[in-house]
Amino acid sequence: MDLFTLPLLAAGDPPPIVTEGFKAWGMWIVLFLPLLAAIITTCVPVVRKRSNIAATLAIGSLLTGLVITLIYFFEALGGQMPIYEGIVNWVEVDAAHITFGTRLDHLALVMTLVVTAVGSAIFIYALGYMHGDESMGRFYGKFALFAFSMLGIVLSPNFFQTFIFWELVGASSYFLIGYYWKKHSAGEAAKKAFLTNRVGDFGFLLGILMVWAAVGAAADVGGLGALVAEYGAFDFRVIEQAFTVHGGEILFGTTFAAAVAAALVFCGAMGKSAQFPLHVWLPDAMEGPTPVSALMHAATMVAAGIYMVIRSNFVFHFAEWAPTLLAWLGAITAFIAATMAITQRDIKKVLAYSTLSQLGYMTMALGCGAYTAAMFHLTTHAFFKALLFLCAGSVIHGCHHEQDMFKMGGLKSKMPSTYKTWMIGTVALTALVPIAGWWSKDEILGSHLGAHQVAGMPIVLGIGLLVAGMTAFYMFRATYLTFHGEYRGHHEAHESPKVMTGPLWFLAAFSLVIGFVGIPNNVFGTKTNLFEAFLDSWHKGPYAELHAWLAIVSTAIAWGGFLTARAIYRRSKGTDPLPAKLGGVWTLWNELWYVDKFYLWLVRVVQQGFAKACWWVERWLVIQGLVNGTAQTARLAGDGIRRVQSGRLGTYVTSFVLGAVVLVGLVLIQLLVRM
Amino acid sequence: MNPLLIIILVPAIATLALFFVPRGNNAAVRGICLLATTIVLITAVLAFIQFPNAPVDDAVGIANKGLESEHVFKWTTKTEWVPDLGLSFFLGVDGMGMAMVLLTAIIIFAGVIVSFGITERVKEYYVCLMALVTGVFGVFTSLDLFFYYFFYELAVIPMFLLIGIWGSTTRTVDQGYATMKLVLLLSTGAVIALVGLIAVYLYAPGAGFDMVKLEEVAFDTSFQMVWFPAIFLGFASLIPLWPLHSWSPAGHAAAPAAVSMLHAGVLMKLGAFGVIRVALTYFPDAAQVYLPWVGLLCCMNIIYGALVAIAQRDLKLIIGYSSSSHMGYVLLGLASMTLIGMQGAVFLMFAHGIMTALAFSLIGWFYDQTHTRMLDDLGGLMKVMPFAGVGFIIAAMASAGLPGFANFVSELLVIIGAWHSNANASLWWYIPPILAVWGLVLTGVYLLRAVKDLWYGEISPRWEKLQDVKTPLQKTPYVVLIATLMLFGFWPKPMLDVLDGSVSSLHYRIENGIEQSVETGALVRDVETPGSGAEGGAGLDSDENAGAEGGADR
Repeated sequence: MDLFTLPLLAAGDPPPIVTEGFKAWGMWIVLFLPLLAAIITTCVPVVRKRSNIAATLAIGSLLTGLVITLIYFFEALGGQMPIYEGIVNWVEVDAAHITFGTRLDHLALVMTLVVTAVGSAIFIYALGYMHGDESMGRFYGKFALFAFSMLGIVLSPNFFQTFIFWELVGASSYFLIGYYWKKHSAGEAAKKAFLTNRVGDFGFLLGILMVWAAVGAAADVGGLGALVAEYGAFDFRVIEQAFTVHGGEILFGTTFAAAVAAALVFCGAMGKSAQFPLHVWLPDAMEGPTPVSALMHAATMVAAGIYMVIRSNFVFHFAEWAPTLLAWLGAITAFIAATMAITQRDIKKVLAYSTLSQLGYMTMALGCGAYTAAMFHLTTHAFFKALLFLCAGSVIHGCHHEQDMFKMGGLKSKMPSTYKTWMIGTVALTALVPIAGWWSKDEILGSHLGAHQVAGMPIVLGIGLLVAGMTAFYMFRATYLTFHGEYRGHHEAHESPKVMTGPLWFLAAFSLVIGFVGIPNNVFGTKTNLFEAFLDSWHKGPYAELHAWLAIVSTAIAWGGFLTARAIYRRSKGTDPLPAKLGGVWTLWNELWYVDKFYLWLVRVVQQGFAKACWWVERWLVIQGLVNGTAQTARLAGDGIRRVQSGRLGTYVTSFVLGAVVLVGLVLIQLLVRM
Repeated sequence: MNPLLIIILVPAIATLALFFVPRGNNAAVRGICLLATTIVLITAVLAFIQFPNAPVDDAVGIANKGLESEHVFKWTTKTEWVPDLGLSFFLGVDGMGMAMVLLTAIIIFAGVIVSFGITERVKEYYVCLMALVTGVFGVFTSLDLFFYYFFYELAVIPMFLLIGIWGSTTRTVDQGYATMKLVLLLSTGAVIALVGLIAVYLYAPGAGFDMVKLEEVAFDTSFQMVWFPAIFLGFASLIPLWPLHSWSPAGHAAAPAAVSMLHAGVLMKLGAFGVIRVALTYFPDAAQVYLPWVGLLCCMNIIYGALVAIAQRDLKLIIGYSSSSHMGYVLLGLASMTLIGMQGAVFLMFAHGIMTALAFSLIGWFYDQTHTRMLDDLGGLMKVMPFAGVGFIIAAMASAGLPGFANFVSELLVIIGAWHSNANASLWWYIPPILAVWGLVLTGVYLLRAVKDLWYGEISPRWEKLQDVKTPLQKTPYVVLIATLMLFGFWPKPMLDVLDGSVSSLHYRIENGIEQSVETGALVRDVETPGSGAEGGAGLDSDENAGAEGGADR
């Protein structure tokens, strides 16, 4: 275990904590403004019906949040920012001491910036995309509710608040996936997303309880008591302190129990960040409007799981086999999602599976203990994946709601802005040249080399490299099918309005430059890794290094994927030659490895079977046997007496009321006499 | 004036006043009831707000040995009735009672408005409704065992008439059958409890029917062990504890909307309240022994109830079984024997009452128009009734434990409490909380399925003309219920503060056993309790003072 404890103890002194003054509570404004916007747009009919007011409110709330966050950001750039805490006691019952509030450190700051910046761009984009939708007010109300919930996770000081907002993002996701409620598939997809997440949350909540109970029990030792008394045992700082002082083995009794707790906490991320085997909901979630897919199901909400693990990394760090589990689940997700992406016809589905695959990369990094690398990839991915989704939305908008890539083609000349920004996003994702994804993906792959705690690490790394090639293949497959060749659609395609292309260029610009804040220090021999430096007070573990051979190999593999796609799809005529070439493998991939079918069987046969069995017991044993049986016995006995009753309801009412009146009257008289 | 007297007398007077309204003047009937329930609601809200700081000159406190805080009943008023039997009209509420009074006041206020749709035998309907609610308020505020039971029956019997006359037979449930079953099971439960109550009365003649004095009686352990099951099961059949639950979903399915609201919202809580007020309070030693078994049974409530709900297609049966499933959490919280779990349990009684009233009132809204509640017949209703749809989704989300609603806080407290109770116990005792968390998943399954089948998708042409909730008066009950859920969901502190005194006293008794909690022997005239009186004198000095104060108040 020494391997893991060392870097933690090597972390620098924690920054001071500020709990008073305006700055400590400033993040409450950022957090609650979107909620305010959501409430007003939902509850005030005038606002709900005038879509421009609703949109202005929602966009304004998020932009204000961005501006306030930037004030903190500039303070942090000037040097170490203190930790700003604005926390109140929410529930205090015995040991269940739950606080609520905001805690802003550098990590939360990065994530808040991502959410508010990407969020603002997408909120503005939605103005154009949702134009003409009859219930745009409803849309923006729910979108703002999501922003509130997401910021709640980011700024959460404790596990319980994380769980609260965890559920809330789940609910807002449910509402927005089911936004087109007239569509049967939208309702099904929304339900599936919510319930899959619920299954993950089942483990998450149990994990939280395990950690809480362990930390609470350890409160008497090692000066932890004061912290527990102040913040409660759900608090991240308290838990971190407990893990640092005691280590997982002492807290939980056995290392196995510590690993179980970590695995259970990870279940939450498994649901929210759609990791195998709970990945099934994310592709279906594309039933929602495209801005929703971009913001929630690509850039921010699905990254919440990764963020949560980074935030509570101490739980995982000490946990025996948990890192191996994470790395392998990440690798499996990355791989199977990439195979599924290759078989898709729907442009949004390609991006959805691509998101899954990239989240798999991040989880691999988490397993390797490379939390900063995971956070870096999360940040770059948020920008370029949001960009790609918005481009896809622009294409869908331009092609009159056509989503099938085989009915597109040749959009390069018809939608120049969309094409150019799409290419920037694609290159950033596929890591052909050193922008965004190239740096962040490489940090993740590089982090494997030192990760001896992961069993089978070379295989995981191998999968990571393979997926890099597959990523390039399916992305350029989509590019060639959509933008190159001849236009195969029926309606005339057109470029999207400025309100949509503006955000595209904004995100494209970020996708171009964002990678350069994380150039590993060993490349130029100076401190070029600004991202790592920014998270220095929080950052734990070895600094990222660029391994030249690994970079060359992964880039070569990516180019290989790109060139293969180019060879196959450059002159596509709207048919796909791959199914014939791959045969059974294609079927397996196209059927999504039969995971969805298996779950369907689980729900339809197993769960419904249990339900039917219980209903059978209820009907024939409990009701018929226990209740009716007793009643029939009694009826036989009481048959004679029954004839005495008149059976007229009126008589019953009268006699009952009279009896009651007499009794109440007696009481009243007594009362009066005594008064 | 004493708020409890207002709360009890106003509906009682309204019941009588209704007799003088000429037949056919439905507006007057509705007006009287609306006025009465509004007065009651306002009084209850004011009382709830004042409760923690209410003046103590009419309060009665029961000291527990070794516990600083007393079990305080506020706004007590006592009138001797039959002094020879120790019978008196004695009112007062502790925190738990206050919460339940507020719950009842909110639900009956909403229920009266929701019932405006009733057009047959309006007067008789409201007479029954008002009598029922008088009984419910009586149970929650009575400190005299005789009146406690009297009001308990007063609440149960109108239920029979309400379902029997204004209910309906559907494909799934026959009205007459459901009514008979409900009344028979409830009456049986009540009679079993009554036997137990009589035994309690006979055991401590010095206390008479005075529930405050009874709380200071040190019941002998073997007496507790014998009578705890009787009283517990008697009341628990109303909760309803598995497998005594089958009256409840059937009763819902046959009842009109407002009756379902009261049934699930309040009547079930009468059972839980009885369990707490009598079985757990008087018999803490027995509770220590029996509650772990209750902890297992309530898992059946939670999981089995949810699974049966999944198998249903009649919406009212779904919510009915859901209620039985969720009352399992209340039992789990009590069975956890931790302060957290018990607070959560009582809080959940309140939250679940409001939530389920909201669900049933909305079902009633469209059932009155569609005359079907089968999910297969409905669909796409969001198009014609968006307000009702959003309200129903809110109820479903609250029930599924979405944060922001009171149900989330209370259910989580129950689960945390259940988890906490395992601190030093065997691993097996993790099973109930784990199943309880799984129950949350199952709740999501049947509720989201219902939401999807009801509101999403294309609408059938025959539902195109359905009316949404339109006028402000029609919207009032739903808005009040939703606002209550969200208020306590966002800021649960006021509720927890009100509950704190009574629940921590109860928790203390169960944790320490009766001998450690009360000054023994004082109230048992005929000393039939070997061994229990001897150690009583060794109490701490300060407690004697506290006890003396408590005595002086009376």
